[in-house]
Amino acid sequence: MRNKHATQLIYELSQNGRKAVALPQVDVPERPVEELIPERFLAKKTLGLPQVAEPEIVRHYANLSTLNMSVDTHFYPLGSCTMKYNPKRNERLASLRGIVDVHPYQSERSLQGLLQIFFELQEMLGEISGLDAVSLQPAAGAHGELTALMVAAAYFRDLGEVRTTVLTPDSAHGTNPASARMCGFDTVTVKSTPAGFVDMEDLKSKLDDSVAVFMITNPNTLGLFERNVAEIADQVHARGGLIYLDGANMNAILGVTRPGDFGADMMHFNPHKTFSGPHGGGGPGAGPIAVTSKLGAFLPVPRVRREEAEGECSYCLDWDQPQSIGRVRSFFGNSGVLVRAYCYLRTHGPDGLREVSENAVLNANYLLSRVKHFLPVPQGDRCMHEFVASAAQCKNERGVSAMDLVKRLLDYGFHAPTVYFPLTVKEAVMIEPTETESKEMLDQFAETLFRVLEEPDDLLHEAPHTTQISRPDEVTAARKPMLRWNPSTEE
Amino acid sequence: MAYLYNTPQDQQAMLEAIGCDSIDALFDSIPESLRLQRPLKLPAAMGEMELTSHLAALSEKNRSPADTLCFLGGGSYDHFVPAVVDYVASRGEFYTSYTPYQPEVSQGNLQAMFEYQTMISELTGMDVSNQSLYDGGSAAVEGVLMSLDVTRRRGRVLVAESVHPEYRQVVDTYFASLETEVVTLPCPAGTLDLSALEAQLTDDTACLLLQHPNFFGCLEEVHEIVDKVHAAGSLLVTVIDPVSLGLLERPGDYGADVVVGEGQSLGTPMQYGGPYLGLMACREKFVRRLPGRIAGETRDRRGKRCWVLTLQTREQHIRRDKATSNICTNQGLFALRASVYLAAMGPQGMREVAELCLQKTAYARQRLGDLERLEIAFDRPVFKEFVLRDRENAVEQLCAVAEEAGIFAGVPLGRWYPDLSDCLLVAVTEKRTRPEIERLVDFVSVQAPCGVTHAE
Repeated sequence: MRNKHATQLIYELSQNGRKAVALPQVDVPERPVEELIPERFLAKKTLGLPQVAEPEIVRHYANLSTLNMSVDTHFYPLGSCTMKYNPKRNERLASLRGIVDVHPYQSERSLQGLLQIFFELQEMLGEISGLDAVSLQPAAGAHGELTALMVAAAYFRDLGEVRTTVLTPDSAHGTNPASARMCGFDTVTVKSTPAGFVDMEDLKSKLDDSVAVFMITNPNTLGLFERNVAEIADQVHARGGLIYLDGANMNAILGVTRPGDFGADMMHFNPHKTFSGPHGGGGPGAGPIAVTSKLGAFLPVPRVRREEAEGECSYCLDWDQPQSIGRVRSFFGNSGVLVRAYCYLRTHGPDGLREVSENAVLNANYLLSRVKHFLPVPQGDRCMHEFVASAAQCKNERGVSAMDLVKRLLDYGFHAPTVYFPLTVKEAVMIEPTETESKEMLDQFAETLFRVLEEPDDLLHEAPHTTQISRPDEVTAARKPMLRWNPSTEE
Repeated sequence: MAYLYNTPQDQQAMLEAIGCDSIDALFDSIPESLRLQRPLKLPAAMGEMELTSHLAALSEKNRSPADTLCFLGGGSYDHFVPAVVDYVASRGEFYTSYTPYQPEVSQGNLQAMFEYQTMISELTGMDVSNQSLYDGGSAAVEGVLMSLDVTRRRGRVLVAESVHPEYRQVVDTYFASLETEVVTLPCPAGTLDLSALEAQLTDDTACLLLQHPNFFGCLEEVHEIVDKVHAAGSLLVTVIDPVSLGLLERPGDYGADVVVGEGQSLGTPMQYGGPYLGLMACREKFVRRLPGRIAGETRDRRGKRCWVLTLQTREQHIRRDKATSNICTNQGLFALRASVYLAAMGPQGMREVAELCLQKTAYARQRLGDLERLEIAFDRPVFKEFVLRDRENAVEQLCAVAEEAGIFAGVPLGRWYPDLSDCLLVAVTEKRTRPEIERLVDFVSVQAPCGVTHAE
């Protein structure tokens, strides 16, 4: 139950002299600090950290947590984010001593269990993607994109080809063009057709020998399978370019079709989406990438290799990749997230994984079949794992925006769908139910959305009404940024 | 059927509502020729009990600092994590929520992030912190990239060789496709060679990337360095160990412009290198160039104080190819852990942890350095790590034998520094006791040349 006292900052709870830890005495012969560290290096003042007792810390954060919606507590149909159930067994298993309490510079022989997990995960991701070589190193989806683009750049450098352009559809995630820029490419946007697919004519007009990579999301951000994907791939390949698949929407196609089979040369996975890693309030994620064999030599190092000798198999880190781009982060990767993904894949097996996608697509289509009667879905009657409705009519006729509608859903205990993305749909409301919701929950959501649309305009403009706060002033927050606590800001 | 609700009856009812004959037909938009015509070749499904046994068996194949005495460091450390940290981070309302795009139902995360930003600002002496990046390596490269934007200098960046070698590799990888030259500065005596710095600081140098305490554990002459860097119109990007700031002067106080680092020491388990916590803080004037998510304070429509994600026009979902970085996710859960850790420690606890590390490290360094086989490689002040030279030039072997004896003795440096192939990096945190240090000393002292144990 929500505690009404619980909005003070931890700094405002601080009292001089309080503390939550008692550390041991120094058990070695103690020397004056100044003897060990010359005074010029030492701090001149005490750190400005809060001084609080342990019970206060627990109450403070426990109360703060009740101000969040979460997958554990609420339906969270946040399109493009795949907010599925986070299995509790994975949390427990990823916390086993030999997995969580392991130093990254331990010897390989002291890590055979963990390296086996990662080797098998590489193999499984290769099979699911239909691609040949996998790197588990990238720390997030966008990081995987960037890494794959670096791989592409190294590949073209090796071929002696100068290719300066990355193409992205106008419906792409913002990370696609941002990653391309970070890798030194120019970005060119390819239009979508009114039906929501890549505009083939526009693609042809922009495809030339300067194109290194076409980044495609498939199913795309409208929740549609790009029916021309094979032709797109053929055309890009014919000009010597590569196809990158943004794997954000893999939840729709597990075991049904594989990126490598529809022409992708490289892709990233989002294990925190597709393979149920918890989102952690914004992270961590992980962004393993898979590529075709001709690109494998350029992947980051190290990767895990299996060796067999005298009937015994062992696992080792393979550093011997002279053409590798190098490293994109420190240490091996987001091991904790990868172990959860491994647990998820081992729980499901081939049939279970396909069932995940079947039910994700079934749930989305069912919700679409209900929602479309009162909130138009411009791109048609069918979708994959998510769909994009439009509140444009509502906005034009009543002045009620997509934001107004979804803010009101918060009052009814539903997390808001993604709004205003993709950019190609006016007043977009992007809904992804995932497979881990019941028909009853989808019914309740649809009925609530219907009820909200019947509510008076003013009620919606000011929604939400029952949450702790409502409609923060984001303009002032950005104009006069207050990014840390100061004693003067105390309430 | 793990985690699914839909029964065959549910599925039938839903298909009827959709107006579709079968689930297969829902996938009609995927051309037949692109469909996978066989099951995925994956191991068969496992129930929770089988999976638990399977993972337990795999976990048992790994050694761990829980069973092996750990003197490993090099950017990941065996620090103590108070139970409150695990408790808070295991609350589902924190770990199963997402980025707080809807502030009305995310005030818990947003307030915690605002508190985190305040604590990191205080810890580093900087004006503002973001909500975290992936890890120390990605934070280091983002700090360097930011300095190019801020200074509008794109000619070169300088990197001290005493910066974590993997962070330097990350910088090299990111810059491989860019035109800026990355110049590595030598550190022949364990710290940056100031004359080399002076020689390489040109008027198109954006920054120096420096680590303090550095990868060898040594303290760098930060005051002299910052003066030289600023005199050239460049920025100082400092890689920190947050635990050291319980004792050492804050980077903001000695003049650093951007602070980056690995936050794993603040309450995150070592978990084989990730997920970790990339720290990044800077001067207020650079805030609009700062990558990553940032929480800001504001008022809601009723005038109530609250927090939102702010300055989002820097970010990829708004600015696309003009964004300050492509970064999207942060390490929110580990930023939360760091906040709880810092609150639990408070100023006094941070000082005590730092002092424990310092005293134990000094003791271990002296005891080990006195052994016949080893010598202290760099005669510089250190914090919680130090480099030993093996007179037998057999560190890999020494470590292998130590591991058999239940000790992770340290990190051999040869893999990154060929000149230091006879050297070992040893870390001593507050968790190591005097008897444990003696155990390492005793172990080394009975190692004859080439790892043969003396007959007793």
